[in-house]
Amino acid sequence: MSVSVRIPTILRTYTGGASEVTAEGATLAEVLDNLEAQYTGIKDRILDSAGELRRFVNVYVGNEDVRFLESLATATPAGTQISVIPAVAGGC
Amino acid sequence: MSVVETAGQVLRDGAFGHATALSCRECGHQVALGPFYACPECFGPLEISYDFPAVTREEIEAGPANIWRYKALLPVPSDIELSPNMEPGFTRLLKAHNLGRELGIDNLWVKDDSTNPTNSFKDRVVACALSAATELHAKVFACPSTGNLANAVAAAGARAGIKTMVFIPANLEKPKQVNSAIYTDSLVAVNGNYDDVNKLASEIAGEEEGWAFVNVNVRPYYAEGSKTLGYEIAEQLGWRLPDQVVIPVASGSQLTKVHKAFQELIKLGLVEDKKYKIYGAQATGCGPVATAFKAGVDAIRPVKPDTIAKSLAIGNPADGIYVLDICRETGGAVEEVTDDEIRDGIVLLARTEGIFTETAGGTTTAVLKKLVETGQLDTSLETVFINTGHGLKTLDAIADKVGAAATIDPSYDAFKASGLI
Repeated sequence: MSVSVRIPTILRTYTGGASEVTAEGATLAEVLDNLEAQYTGIKDRILDSAGELRRFVNVYVGNEDVRFLESLATATPAGTQISVIPAVAGGC
Repeated sequence: MSVVETAGQVLRDGAFGHATALSCRECGHQVALGPFYACPECFGPLEISYDFPAVTREEIEAGPANIWRYKALLPVPSDIELSPNMEPGFTRLLKAHNLGRELGIDNLWVKDDSTNPTNSFKDRVVACALSAATELHAKVFACPSTGNLANAVAAAGARAGIKTMVFIPANLEKPKQVNSAIYTDSLVAVNGNYDDVNKLASEIAGEEEGWAFVNVNVRPYYAEGSKTLGYEIAEQLGWRLPDQVVIPVASGSQLTKVHKAFQELIKLGLVEDKKYKIYGAQATGCGPVATAFKAGVDAIRPVKPDTIAKSLAIGNPADGIYVLDICRETGGAVEEVTDDEIRDGIVLLARTEGIFTETAGGTTTAVLKKLVETGQLDTSLETVFINTGHGLKTLDAIADKVGAAATIDPSYDAFKASGLI
C-alpha cells in the first residue's frame, strides 16, 4: 500500500530536503504514523495536540481536500498521491 | 549601499521599510523577512512585524495621491515611488446620499475602489507584492486567480518589466481571460476549479526558485496592501474613524487588514481612539464565515462555492477565524445574501449612486441593506462600505436583469405610446 507524499518547504527539514517521499498505510492516519516512523517529529507538525489536522494545514488525497472526504480516516489506496500544503487563499 | 543577508537572500538595507520580521499570528514564532508565508512550527499565517517611526498627518498629506503616501507603514523601501508600478489607491470616498436615504442610513459613505488602475482593490495588494518580489530578486511574478487578481498581476508585471505567469481555471469566461491575457503572454489555463489552481500554485511555489506568487509565498507583504483602504477611509473622513464599516469577505484578509490599519492609526496617534463596528459580507452560496458567525462557533467548515460572486468564492477562507474574532469583538456581524439579492444590490448601487459594481460589491450593498432591515446596523451612526471592483468585469451576472425598457419605431408617436413618459 505504498503512497507518495508531497512535503511542503517548511517540513523538508524533517525529510532531508526531499520534496516527495513514499509511505505506507491504508488510511491517511496510518500514512502519517508511517511518516512519523521514518521522519521523527513530522507528525506533530501536521496534527495538533488533540490529534486533529492543524487549522492551517490542508491535506489532499488525490486532488481532493480531505476535509471534504473522511479527514484522517480517508482511504489511501496504493499509488495515491498525497499533498500537504499550508492553507492560503486569494480573494479579499 | 549597505546590505544585510536575511534567510539566505542578500537584501539591500531598508528593502522592506520599517518591517522587522515575519511573526506567526497563531503562535508568535518569528522568522526572518523573506519569501515565507507559513509558520514552520504550526503552519499558521506569517504577518509583518514593524518598528514604526513617528509619522505625522502632514507628512502623509504631503505624499503622492496613491498608496505610497503611507509607505512608512508598509513593507516597502523608502524609494518605492522610483520603481515603475501602477500607483494605485487614494480612490474616492463618496457620500452616498441617495442610497443612504433609500436604506434609512443618516450618514453613509462608499469607498469606491473600482477606480483603481485595473478596476479593483487588487492593485493595492499587488503593488506591495511587486515591491517584495523586486527586493527578493524574483524572476517570475505569478498568481492563481479567477479574475481581479490576475488582471492586477499581469498589468503590474508588464509595467515593471518582470515576467508574469497567471494561472486560471480553464473554464473561465472568455472576457475574463482576455482581461488578463492582454497584459501577458503567459496565461495558463488549468483543467480544474479555482481550488485546484490554488493548490497547483502552492506546489509550484514550493518547487521553483525565484518565483513570487503574490498570494502564496509573498502573501505577508501582499496582504499588507489592504491596510491602505483603512488608512484612506480615516484620512478622507478628516483623520477620524467611522462608526461602522461593511467589508466583503472571501479569504477574510481585507477585513482583518482594515481593522489592523485602524488600530495602527490609533497607536500612532493619527486618529482619536474610538469604538467602531466591523461587518463582513458573504454570498449564501459561499458563506462559511457567516454560517460560523450565526452558529456562534469558532471553527469554519469549508464549503464548495456555488455563487455568482466569483471573486468572493473561496470555500476554505484562510483568515476566516480572524474575521469572526474581529466582528465579534467590535460588536459587528457577518451576514450573507442570495445571488438574487446580490443582483438587486448591483442595480441598487448603480441606480442610487451611479456606481457600477461587480458581484462582490453587489454582495456588500445587499448585506448593508439586510443589516439595516434586520436591525443589526445602527442607522444613526456614520457608516462606510467598500466597493472592491467594477461591474464591467461581471457583466454576465447582470446582463439578463437590465436592458431596454422599450423597443420602439423611430417616431415621436411611438415614443409617446411606449408609456415611458
